[in-house]
Amino acid sequence: MNLLSEIGRFTLFMKFVLRKPEKSKVFWTTTFREMYLIGIDSLLIVILIAFFTGAVTTIQTASQLLSPSDLFPTQLMPKFVIGAVVGTSSLLELAPTVTCLVLAGKIGANIASEIGNMKVSEQIDAYEVMGINSANFVTLPKIIAGIIMIPCLIIVANFLLLFGGYLACKMTSTLTSSDLIQGARLVFKPLYLKVMLTKSVIFAFIITSLSAFQGYYTTGGALEVGEAGTKAVTKICIFILFFDLVIAQLFLKS
Amino acid sequence: MITIENLNKLFDDKYVLDNINAEFKPGVANLVIGASGGGKSVLIKCMVGLLTPENGKILYGNQDFISLEYHKKQNLRREIGMLFQNTALFDSLTVQENIEFPLRMFSKFTPEERLDRVNFCLEKVQLVNVNNKYPAEISGGMKKRVGIARAIALEINYLFCDEPNSGLDPLTSRVIDKLLLGITQEFNITTVINSHDMKTVIDIGEHIIFMFKGQKWWEGSNHELSNARKENPELDAFFKASF
Repeated sequence: MNLLSEIGRFTLFMKFVLRKPEKSKVFWTTTFREMYLIGIDSLLIVILIAFFTGAVTTIQTASQLLSPSDLFPTQLMPKFVIGAVVGTSSLLELAPTVTCLVLAGKIGANIASEIGNMKVSEQIDAYEVMGINSANFVTLPKIIAGIIMIPCLIIVANFLLLFGGYLACKMTSTLTSSDLIQGARLVFKPLYLKVMLTKSVIFAFIITSLSAFQGYYTTGGALEVGEAGTKAVTKICIFILFFDLVIAQLFLKS
Repeated sequence: MITIENLNKLFDDKYVLDNINAEFKPGVANLVIGASGGGKSVLIKCMVGLLTPENGKILYGNQDFISLEYHKKQNLRREIGMLFQNTALFDSLTVQENIEFPLRMFSKFTPEERLDRVNFCLEKVQLVNVNNKYPAEISGGMKKRVGIARAIALEINYLFCDEPNSGLDPLTSRVIDKLLLGITQEFNITTVINSHDMKTVIDIGEHIIFMFKGQKWWEGSNHELSNARKENPELDAFFKASF
């Protein structure tokens, strides 16, 4: 029942958010500022996470596939398979999902507490009294900015995942970097790119809209604003993982 | 002029506004007074559309605010200015940007015209050299003045003030009272002030509504207060408790 009421409230909230902005010049100025905050300000964390995840994934995959086993003779395993595994998992899972889970913590908590603070300090009410659709004014620029910038961050993350793997190969002797590149190129399908971009757009919408929704309905004071941030991140993570499964099932079922 | 007819508002099956009828005229300070929980904040929030009453009418001129279509309601709201209890200034914007905000949204002014209007509003509230300061960098009294300046930035017809003197020292409170009365008279706007500062009531309360337990308990002017207190123990108790 509680879930249904939340879905209902979210739908009503989105009904107000997805309206034509009051003044397009102000809207686009706000959107560009949000693009900077969401995109450029998140670049460093995305670079670090992607680079190290790529390196670790490569080393661990190589370690698992090349370690001696009774079941599978390792000498029969072509080394480019590791590149194929790393390349595919980067495109399909690591770049979109892991990056968005990290961004849920950074961007989601930030948006929820920013809007929550505006709500408890009556700034949202001030917009309403002025005749401004407050849900639209504070949320739509963030959603548009997220939908533009988060896929860009994910594309960057994907390159850095492979670059991390490439450097890991250079630093260790288990695999050559050409094996990694060859494997990644061999199994690449344009469909994987489509899945990655679809995920990134949907996850961007989830991160920005859910966190704004959580902040917009905050009541109380500083404690509740903090709680709104925590709740937003929890819900975003659950929804990202759920839609990750749905998208995988829709696009990749054989 | 604002007319309220048979206004009711319930919270959890309890009447917080019980059949309120009132008329607020332009050019005078209309004060809504009463103890906390009496329903005065709820009344103002219903009047500006932040809360929806169960039934009744809120007439701005001859337009019923409650039954207006969304876009017409939004247009009417552009004639309304509000000073919030904690000012609700946009903390990421400077004083100038705060006052300029409604102009950027709803006027066709050029940047120069907007700046002129901002300076005019700041002059009206007797503030100078604060254009580039952020709300966090100015005092409580100055924030209230900036809130008033933002409320009057557009040429409004209705001004609502939710406890404009809360958290201010007595001297600053009197300054704010004078400013509000001056603006009300100069622009002939309908001003509704929610207050429990009895000094304000005595100084500028030409039209007073005393709210008690969600009902309009007494209505009159500051000149009639002393006589009304003799006949109305609740008003007398509120008055005595305020000093």
